[in-house]
Amino acid sequence: MISIRGVSHSIGGGRILQDIDLELPRGGVTALIGPNGAGKSTLLSLVARLQKLKTGRIRVDDLEIGACPDATLARVLAIMPQSSVVSARLRVGEAVLMGRYPWHRGRPGRQDHEIVAQTLGLFSLTSLADRFLDEISGGQRQRTLVAMAHAQSTDYLLLDEPLNNLDIAASRHLMRLLREMADEGGKSVVIVLHDINYAAAFADRVVVMRSGRIVADGAPSTVISPALMTDVFATDARIHCVDGRPVVLV
Amino acid sequence: MLRRVGVLAALFLISTTAFLMLDPVGSWEFLLPFRLRRLAALMLTGVCLATATVLFQTISGNRILTPSVIGFDALYVMVLTGLVFVLGGAGYALLPTPVLFGFNLATMTGLGLLMFLLLTVGARHDMIKLVLTGIVTGILIRSLNDFLQRMIDPNEFQMVQASSFARFTHVDSGLLALTAAVSVPALILAWRMRFRLDVLALGREAATGLGETPNRGHRQALVLICVLVASATALAGPFGLFGLIVSSLTYLIAPSSRHAVVLPVAGLVACIVLVAGQTIMERILDMATPLQVVIDMLGGLVFLTLVLRGRVS
Repeated sequence: MISIRGVSHSIGGGRILQDIDLELPRGGVTALIGPNGAGKSTLLSLVARLQKLKTGRIRVDDLEIGACPDATLARVLAIMPQSSVVSARLRVGEAVLMGRYPWHRGRPGRQDHEIVAQTLGLFSLTSLADRFLDEISGGQRQRTLVAMAHAQSTDYLLLDEPLNNLDIAASRHLMRLLREMADEGGKSVVIVLHDINYAAAFADRVVVMRSGRIVADGAPSTVISPALMTDVFATDARIHCVDGRPVVLV
Repeated sequence: MLRRVGVLAALFLISTTAFLMLDPVGSWEFLLPFRLRRLAALMLTGVCLATATVLFQTISGNRILTPSVIGFDALYVMVLTGLVFVLGGAGYALLPTPVLFGFNLATMTGLGLLMFLLLTVGARHDMIKLVLTGIVTGILIRSLNDFLQRMIDPNEFQMVQASSFARFTHVDSGLLALTAAVSVPALILAWRMRFRLDVLALGREAATGLGETPNRGHRQALVLICVLVASATALAGPFGLFGLIVSSLTYLIAPSSRHAVVLPVAGLVACIVLVAGQTIMERILDMATPLQVVIDMLGGLVFLTLVLRGRVS
């Protein structure tokens, strides 16, 4: 369980997060949504220890963020980095093997290679294993990064807007993979999303944020409503129910 | 991949043999130990600078700047100019070599760490900021050097100039042992960091996610860089673009970007460039030009050839 208690955060005098309390139980896909500047990415980066936690407490299972060693946390919690910041010149296979680093510490054993081979197959990357990350398409690169996080074999996976710059096929494919990782792999996936329709289609739970606070929290069908669109997103987009799932008309 | 390693090994053998055997003057009993000592100095400094440059480029996430470019060479010249300025040319010339070496090593490691410390605190672990500030600091130190050099006696200026380029014409075996005692442990530590460097090279976010704290890794690497550059420079003098040439050639040649591959290849390339450069400078050009000129020329030509032939893998 990820437990967030009384977390506030400010950068340069501006309040980004105000007194956030949130419990995310094990399993399932949770989407963080909200307008730009709501503090979704900041909240995620605090859980991921990419920014220093100043006020409040965050625990992942029994590990306290900021107190437990990074190497221990890396076996429990994986972060999918944004593809633009992965700078090294790596082959796809090498990158996925790198995901095993918290376990092999640089000396991969047979088990690590087996898991990498499995992961490459699972993400249909086997034929690309020897290609460099900057020689493949954006969708394939994004898939490699998710595969890397998958190979890390953690219970929790955090993703910050992984659908950026992906076309519809790549986006749906990626979301389906995450769904499978939650359903079959038993992982807990926490994902910051911009597109509400993707959240409605693939998440079990959506947490809506605005101005550094959580304003709604629950199943997509109960949370996503015309009132939410006007109150939180300040737009009058209509919402239809298609196949029992809310769809925002843009 | 094996072919490239084979070619490198062959080039290494050719250049070292040429350095040892070409153009013998005097008896071999004297010549061989004399040249072997200088060969050891060339190889040690080469490996130190290559390792330091690769480390620096990995943690700063760039492949253009090197410790020399951001002001390490200027730091050496500053210590040198400062000594000549304070002691005068005659006083400087009277300093025993081990004292001078020890002083250089200590001040350069110290000042280098101080520079990095100030930069890291000021830049709050933002590597881009660190590098940019480093360039400006380098310019500042160089201007200070210019200023001091303008105020000293022209004869003393000559002396500073002569010592401002790397040279290997004479190597004291005591100094060589001292350099090895300082730099070999640093080289071993750098080698032991190789897997962590692979992770740090992924960038801040990914490294944190994989459990490798970037700030700690960066600090440790910076200490190693300071020690390695300081010991190489204190032994031989500033190397200019040497590190950049070696690292660029290495990234072109090395079959993988893993540090377990890159570090040895960089060391090998450095030895080849330095030994071949020294051989050409000594035996063919009859010491008509500083070593740095030969290296820049040679390295630049090889680099251009590799890039134009499209060997960028």
